[in-house]
Amino acid sequence: MSTAAVDLFEVSKSYNDRVVVDALSFTVSPGECFGLLGPNGAGKSTLARLILGVASPDAGKIRVLGEPVPARARLARSGIGVVPQFDNLDLQLTVRENLLVFGRYFAMSAAEIKAVTPALLEFARLENKADARVAELSGGMKRRLTLARALINDPQLLVLDEPTTGLDPHGRHLIWERLRSLLARGKTILLTTHFMEEAERLCDRLCVLEHGRKIAEGRPHALIEQQIGCQVIEIYGGNPHELLPLVRPHVQRAEVSGETLFCYVTDPEQVRVRLAKRTDLRLLQRPPNLEDVFLRLTGREMKD
Amino acid sequence: MWQRFAPALPANPWNWIAVWRRNFLVWRKVALASILGNLAEPMSSLFGLGFGLGMIIGGVEGTSYISFLAAGMVATSAMVSATFETIYAAYARMQTNCTWDAVLCTPLTLGDIVLGEVAWAASKALLAGMAITIVAVALGYAEWSSIPYALPAIALTGVTFASLAMVVSALAPSHDYFIFYQSLILTPMMYLSGTIFPMSQLPGAFQRIAALLPLTHSVDLIRPAMLGRPVDSVGLHVAALCIYAAFPFLVSAALLRRRLMR
Repeated sequence: MSTAAVDLFEVSKSYNDRVVVDALSFTVSPGECFGLLGPNGAGKSTLARLILGVASPDAGKIRVLGEPVPARARLARSGIGVVPQFDNLDLQLTVRENLLVFGRYFAMSAAEIKAVTPALLEFARLENKADARVAELSGGMKRRLTLARALINDPQLLVLDEPTTGLDPHGRHLIWERLRSLLARGKTILLTTHFMEEAERLCDRLCVLEHGRKIAEGRPHALIEQQIGCQVIEIYGGNPHELLPLVRPHVQRAEVSGETLFCYVTDPEQVRVRLAKRTDLRLLQRPPNLEDVFLRLTGREMKD
Repeated sequence: MWQRFAPALPANPWNWIAVWRRNFLVWRKVALASILGNLAEPMSSLFGLGFGLGMIIGGVEGTSYISFLAAGMVATSAMVSATFETIYAAYARMQTNCTWDAVLCTPLTLGDIVLGEVAWAASKALLAGMAITIVAVALGYAEWSSIPYALPAIALTGVTFASLAMVVSALAPSHDYFIFYQSLILTPMMYLSGTIFPMSQLPGAFQRIAALLPLTHSVDLIRPAMLGRPVDSVGLHVAALCIYAAFPFLVSAALLRRRLMR
């Protein structure tokens, strides 16, 4: 393993006395997919801006691709591809022209851009849309074009800020599949997300954030095993606060979130038997996931 | 200190060209409509005022009123083109369409973007001023030989007013605020700077204010050139315009750094 792709040490950032990133440290190794997981407002997008050198930290040290940031952010950025949270493609231009314009920002010649364009269009599954105006594309196509645009400079590192937010399930799966193919090609990915499923599927390691602080870090399955380690029953339909004392003796732990009672149980049958007569309730038994980890760590739901 | 402001300055002398070329590519698709739209107003002013008032006034400063006015319209249209491109189009690219945000993720700096936008706005100003100059020449209101002298002055006018407008863009919370710049700064400047009537008609105090305005220096360069007369104090006028271009450029870059790179 060579030097880290991204290395943050005790990084802090405040806006108007509001602490957005709080003494955060983490390291992303080359070739891995590292996830920053947290609800909206946890500081994920600010972290992406800090790593790109578009914002400067109040304290701490950042190195990206071996370069100190923001001091030599320009150099670092020449090896980074970025997919921002909101598409900022040139809507009046065609798909091909968007790639051309972006290639020029990386000081690529017209011939170099022309040479890589077919492969990028194929990667984004936009071969038939090369000369369509971006305004005519669907949301999923725009997202894939943004991803292709981020690859124009053949970056070592991809910074993806909520890459599938706002996409339908089909579009989301297509992006995930494309990202996995990039990982297979040895790219390093830093991904921010508030989708548990996305983090579980893609990330080798992740860092769970709350209010700009790291509250857990590790491999998704290790985190789930370590923090939860048993089955989950979700109970809907009753008043969760009334149900809580009924099930309490049979569960490891129980948590109320909104109208749902989450029970963490090693023996789900006992809970089922206890509630057998309550026909008004709906019980959903499932394996634990990252949402449970987040709930466990913060006592809150992930989604805002 | 240097490290804080380095991102607000151009990284090298050529990065801005990529920003200029992006704007050119978008503009090319609507070029004809853009040119006609930008020329309609100064042309109607030129002919409306030139013929209408020209009949009453007769000659001004030893030439016909319409010839006098042509240079004023060239300078004004350069000012207006550069300003509008910056406060409306460039502002939309920064604020609404987030085009600048995309560029900030590449090796370009904010300074490269601002320089590219100023150069682009100046190019549009040059195009507008040049078109009116050519019409004026074709109709005999200006000398053919004036064109090589007038064009650099028009381009410099464009750079100056694009830089000034960039400060306004950097400060404006929304595009609703631009009307103040137009009605409180640009319109009075047009009347004070000798575009429509000679500055000597103004009361003394106003003449002294007018002498400090950038548009006055543009007119003082462009009018003699178009009328085929020697230009007085070229160095002074060029230096004044350069100061009005350079200082606001640096101020706008610093303001934009605070706005966009927090």
